Amino acid sequence: MEPALSVVIGILVACGAYLMMSSSLIRFLFGLTVISNAINLMIFAAGRLTYGIPPLVPEGAKTVDGNVANALPQALILTAIVIGFGLLVFALSLVLRAYMTFGTADSRRIREAEPEHFGAAPAEAPGPAPVSGDR
Amino acid sequence: MLLAAPILLPLATAVICFLMRRNPLHRLVSQLSAGGLILVGVLILLTVKAAGPQAAQMGGWAAPYGITLAADTLSAVMIIITGGALLAAMTFATVEIGLETERLGFHALSHAMAGGVSGAFMTGDLFNLYVWFEVMLISSFGLLVIGGGRAQIDGAVKYVALNLVGTMAFLGGVGLLYGTVGTLNMADLGIKLQGRMSETAVLGAAGMLMFAFAAKAALFPVFFWLPASYHTPAVATSALFSALLTKVGVYSLLRVFTLVFTPGDPVIEGALFAAAGLTIALGALGAAAQQDLRRVFSFHIISQIGVMTLGLAIATPLALAGAIFYFLHHIPAMMNMFLLGGIIRRETGSETLSGIGGLYRAGPWLAVVFLIPMLSLIGVPPLSGFWAKFFMVRAGVEDGQYILAGLILAASVLTFFYLGRMFVAAFWQPHPGEATGGAVPLATYPPRALVIPVLALGAVTLTISLYAGSFYALSAEAASALLDPLSYLRAVGPDRIATGGGG
Repeated sequence: MEPALSVVIGILVACGAYLMMSSSLIRFLFGLTVISNAINLMIFAAGRLTYGIPPLVPEGAKTVDGNVANALPQALILTAIVIGFGLLVFALSLVLRAYMTFGTADSRRIREAEPEHFGAAPAEAPGPAPVSGDR
Repeated sequence: MLLAAPILLPLATAVICFLMRRNPLHRLVSQLSAGGLILVGVLILLTVKAAGPQAAQMGGWAAPYGITLAADTLSAVMIIITGGALLAAMTFATVEIGLETERLGFHALSHAMAGGVSGAFMTGDLFNLYVWFEVMLISSFGLLVIGGGRAQIDGAVKYVALNLVGTMAFLGGVGLLYGTVGTLNMADLGIKLQGRMSETAVLGAAGMLMFAFAAKAALFPVFFWLPASYHTPAVATSALFSALLTKVGVYSLLRVFTLVFTPGDPVIEGALFAAAGLTIALGALGAAAQQDLRRVFSFHIISQIGVMTLGLAIATPLALAGAIFYFLHHIPAMMNMFLLGGIIRRETGSETLSGIGGLYRAGPWLAVVFLIPMLSLIGVPPLSGFWAKFFMVRAGVEDGQYILAGLILAASVLTFFYLGRMFVAAFWQPHPGEATGGAVPLATYPPRALVIPVLALGAVTLTISLYAGSFYALSAEAASALLDPLSYLRAVGPDRIATGGGG
């Protein structure tokens, strides 16, 4: 089961990475979602997949022995899903706000904080000679 | 209970401040709680000094099954710094932050962020560290956009985007490590990973964690979120971010790459050296090219983060002690510069080099206050920055890293250039408004709540400079605990760890 799941994870990460390279913020977020799900699957696979074996500690024993299902990865994934959901909601509302503020969700055209010639001094103002900006 | 206090106190304050956010008294609660965090940090430090590293098992579940909180000298020192930075920022914010922003929960968000930061400093569990990172991250998102200026939204988009990528890498690294070793307790991981560094899965996990922490710390290839966002929010927020956020990244690197992964692995060491060197160089060059005060400071942070990371890359006792001393020096001085930048903006109405000026005539005292952190950041003896750089350069030379030691010195020369230029622009150059008969700078005396934090941080810098020996001894103690984690492991519980298997 793990090898098949690994291939699926690989494909998901590739799709997510491709989407994240887009300059559209919405596509970036979709890519992020796909990768975050791929990583949750990865934790699931890393915990070893077993079939039909309950994650129970035998009575009287302190540790599990032999072949039992591992419940911890699922607990980790649940935590990660909750956190990821919160972050995604915030990121989506931020992108919506950016779209409403700037009229575009294209990250190349949102340059409010870092204008094209940010480093250069305004032409009319006295001051040191213009220094080239960061772009 | 003492170990949970630095987490519970800010989180409880966040709740109280949120409920009281329409009542002006909540500012006082916020400041008092920040002062309380310093006291808690001091208490933990005294306990650690008297009885060695402390650990507490949350919920009574023994390590490695439960979540462990652990404190050694480094954690205790970081908690004190967190409290101090929070107190300075919250005091500054009482005047700077408007009523409307306060009613949106500015103080509550700041304390929630401090709670996340403290959690990251105190936890002994890798997955728990991830959770605290998220607490800190989501609160910092809120602080960054609160008020909702256009530039803030733009800065936040970039900040959020790269930090979310870092988060994914962190989670992936944790998952891989768990799949390989079957435990998430950092002490337990450290024991079980002995001699397994060459395995592909372990190295892959180490790489993913390093990427995640590097993104948080603003190291070379993944630093661009910092100069894109730090100059956009309120000054108190930028100052708080400059003091805490990147430092959590460096702290996590220090903790995880000494305790979990044994230092000295050639691949990891090489990556750290390359990242540190390029970060120092690019940060200093970037700062020299900027006109906006807070963007100069942003790039300056990046260059200094490189120096701290270099301490981890060299990983000799002197280098690690130097890196921790660098924390002590850098955080108050850097924060002071941000706050002074805020005062300069308030008095001159501008934040760019060409828009400020005339302040020396208006208030010579401000120039003196500005010189303390400025000369310290440049590294002029006998100020704290000189000692910090001295330890780092010496550690580099002793380890044969002449190029990197030279890089630190070259970056200091550049620092002298860009901070010196800022000093000349702000204090000696006439204000551009004077020629046209416009605004005269410093017409009104800045309110006390803006001046007190600046003076206090200056006093901290001077204290560290004068008692550099004691502070170095403290750093050396923290560093030796990092390099020899035996006492840390013993505190977390070696017998339980030795027998306990995990998944």
